[in-house]
Amino acid sequence: MKKVLVFISLLILVLMVTGCSSATADETVIIYSGRSESLVAPVIELFTASTGIIAEVRYGGTAEMAATLLEEGQNSPADVFWAQDPGGLGAVAAEGMFAQLPAEILNAVPANFRSPEGTWVGVTGRARVVVYNTSMVNPADLPEDIWDFTDPKWDGKIGWAPTNGSFQVMVTAMRNSWGEEKTRDWLTGILANNPVVYENNTGIVAGVEAGEVEVGFVNHYYLYRFLAEEGESFEARNYFLPSGGPGSLVMVAGAGVLESSQNKEAAEAFIGFLLSREAQEYFTTKTFEYPMMAELPLPVELAPLESLNNIQINLADLDDLAGTVTLLQAVGALP
Amino acid sequence: MSVRDLPVNIRARMALPSWRSLIFLWIPAAAVAASILVPVSYLLIRAESGSAGLLSVVFRIENLDVLFNSIVLAMAVAFCSAVIAVPIAWLTVRTNLPFRRLWSILTVLPLVIPSYIGAYLMISTIGPRGLVQGWLEPLGVERLPSIYGFPGALAVLTLLTFPYTLLSIRTSLLGMDPALEDAARILGHSTWRTFWRVTFPQMRPGLAAGSLLVILYTLRDFGAVAIMRYDSFTRVIYVQYQSLIDRSGAAGLALVLVALTLIILWLERRNQRTNQLYSSIAAKRPPEIMRLGRWKWPALVFMGVIVLISLIIPSANLLFWLLRGFNAGETISTYWDETFNSLWVSAIAAIVILVAALPISILAVRRPNRLTTILERVSYLGFALPGVVIALSLVFFGANYAIILYQTLPMLIFAYMVLFLPQAVGAAQAALVQVHPNLEEAGRSLGKAPWTVFLKVTFPIVRPGLFSGIGLVFLTAMKELPTTLILSPIGYKTLATSVWGAVTGAFFAQAAAPALLLIVVSSVPMAILILRRDL
Repeated sequence: MKKVLVFISLLILVLMVTGCSSATADETVIIYSGRSESLVAPVIELFTASTGIIAEVRYGGTAEMAATLLEEGQNSPADVFWAQDPGGLGAVAAEGMFAQLPAEILNAVPANFRSPEGTWVGVTGRARVVVYNTSMVNPADLPEDIWDFTDPKWDGKIGWAPTNGSFQVMVTAMRNSWGEEKTRDWLTGILANNPVVYENNTGIVAGVEAGEVEVGFVNHYYLYRFLAEEGESFEARNYFLPSGGPGSLVMVAGAGVLESSQNKEAAEAFIGFLLSREAQEYFTTKTFEYPMMAELPLPVELAPLESLNNIQINLADLDDLAGTVTLLQAVGALP
Repeated sequence: MSVRDLPVNIRARMALPSWRSLIFLWIPAAAVAASILVPVSYLLIRAESGSAGLLSVVFRIENLDVLFNSIVLAMAVAFCSAVIAVPIAWLTVRTNLPFRRLWSILTVLPLVIPSYIGAYLMISTIGPRGLVQGWLEPLGVERLPSIYGFPGALAVLTLLTFPYTLLSIRTSLLGMDPALEDAARILGHSTWRTFWRVTFPQMRPGLAAGSLLVILYTLRDFGAVAIMRYDSFTRVIYVQYQSLIDRSGAAGLALVLVALTLIILWLERRNQRTNQLYSSIAAKRPPEIMRLGRWKWPALVFMGVIVLISLIIPSANLLFWLLRGFNAGETISTYWDETFNSLWVSAIAAIVILVAALPISILAVRRPNRLTTILERVSYLGFALPGVVIALSLVFFGANYAIILYQTLPMLIFAYMVLFLPQAVGAAQAALVQVHPNLEEAGRSLGKAPWTVFLKVTFPIVRPGLFSGIGLVFLTAMKELPTTLILSPIGYKTLATSVWGAVTGAFFAQAAAPALLLIVVSSVPMAILILRRDL
């Protein structure tokens, strides 16, 4: 037994040493990423290759990472928070935890895709689209506006994900541009059509392809992942709603520098790199997201940003997620 | 076992704990129990700091509905798990079923499959338009009946959690004294009657411990219920976290879960008190093996079906993702670091947590009184809370009061302890009740030190139980996700985090490789434990 005890205490000692040895050098930037590793790790490698700054990344869900930052407060080891959606950025910004970004970073991004206080910037854009099953739906029969899915002919044919952050941002945009009344009517109209509830965008795309439902409300880029793995025979495609209402909202994944960072220069260098031509090209061609640089050519699959016609919605106004959740609970879309 | 069953000299000793038991039992037990209260105290702090809106979030009438849903699901999963686990345990421990070692290994492995992956795989197999429907399509089957909601959640959670019950019952069976069955048979009981009158009651401590784990796991699970669209209470908590603004609302809701857990623990305890527990006094013989005869075939079919749907089909499905990805030209990296990290941190956690569980377990079994009962019950609290709640509570305390340990491996293992302690406590207790105090007393009266008595007398009897505790913690630590993401050293990747990272970006081929590795590498230590007859 003594041997066992000695062994265990040695193990714990080794653990302590290995656990604490990750000392922070000057040229290291610590990133909390709400974005998936498979999507963004290559860009982070490019950053290190081009600047020599080592990037250490903690991956997690955007909401969980934001909550972690809020609990850490001033003691956060993070330098940069890179979030999947404006909701996560807004929550951290609301606590005053972001530092002011320098003008050259802010100016690299269109005004409606960054915080008006200059605390975070959009890095890439993602559009809300309708994904449809190609063997069950003729795209010519798809409506102009997301409002039209309240028509009873869509009964049982719609997939949605009310717990999903991007969906909730879209509903927030509806409240902004349509008003509470019309948004509530839309939600109850969709609910009357017995939508199938999915956990996330991925589940919807898979469900649409399998024919569980005919259409689904998703972010545009998930489809291209499926196409890459399953080939062109994959029976689902994106439909960009031509009316340009909140149903085709363009949101951003964005980033900000933490006020508590001891290493703001490296952190700003990282966000600067994300907005560089090299990184923006990667996002456009590899993850099929919208670049923040207007002059970059878009892949053929993506509808041009102007045609989505959402420019009048300011993303920073979309931080009232709590109000949206309350509304979704009130109409019975969320438990 | 109650106090009056103990020999008089032990009862006398209980009045005043010796300095030795104070140092080795009471202080560690109290320290471990106190650490379990860390997340609960965090929830109180958060809820207390909440706005006036807190009450309206927590006491919505709709919450009662989902709370009821959660309770119903937990009970149903525990029942179905028992129905599967009791025959498997008996067949693999007590009969001459062919390949029973292999079956023993295969039937515990589903525990390592993360529940969201299990649910996703089940939908892509037997969903309304899944793989099976595809096969039936030529026969004119347009869609299968929907499994979403209660049936799907029940099926996934049962298939992923029955190993909890199974491992606990195995412990009871392995430690059982065959003399009791002999006695029953000599008294003229049939095999069937002997099973129900003697063998089954012997399984009950294990069954109770395992079912409790299943119930608490179901209460806190988020992945399976979310994908199966069953509105359980954890979904309400999750919605609060997603909305981000009001963590106090989420904390208040989590406290409701704590309260529910306390009620369940209290009920289970009351039930335990009315049960007579059995101890072996005689020197232990290996369990007697029953010949199955022509019952061998239905038994094999039963085992085959369970392993097929709980392990083979999910694995085959993952393999399909992987091959499809290869064909499409996906690059799949190797996962050496992740594999090593997973094995290393899970193995350390399993050993540390078992050691941490021993003082509480020994006290609860050998010194049963109100205080030790509270210590033991408290150790279960962390297991019923969603992982993200535990993780954020440790972020709060770690970042603010223990910055040196924050996001280091020791802290991660501490988090695992808060989460997984009851698995070790339950297993150790189920084993310890089988050691009659007379045996230890005999050892001590022969002049041996308590440590020697423990090693020579107690340990050989409780060994299967301790190893089953280690196995349980190991397997669940292998798949643990939320606390690993938030509390591990930065850049520390495990197989579970790799699977998650790929799935969230819809990189299925990249998710399949680490998911398959997770199953394969977990089987190695389990195989060693089972083949060495430790478990």
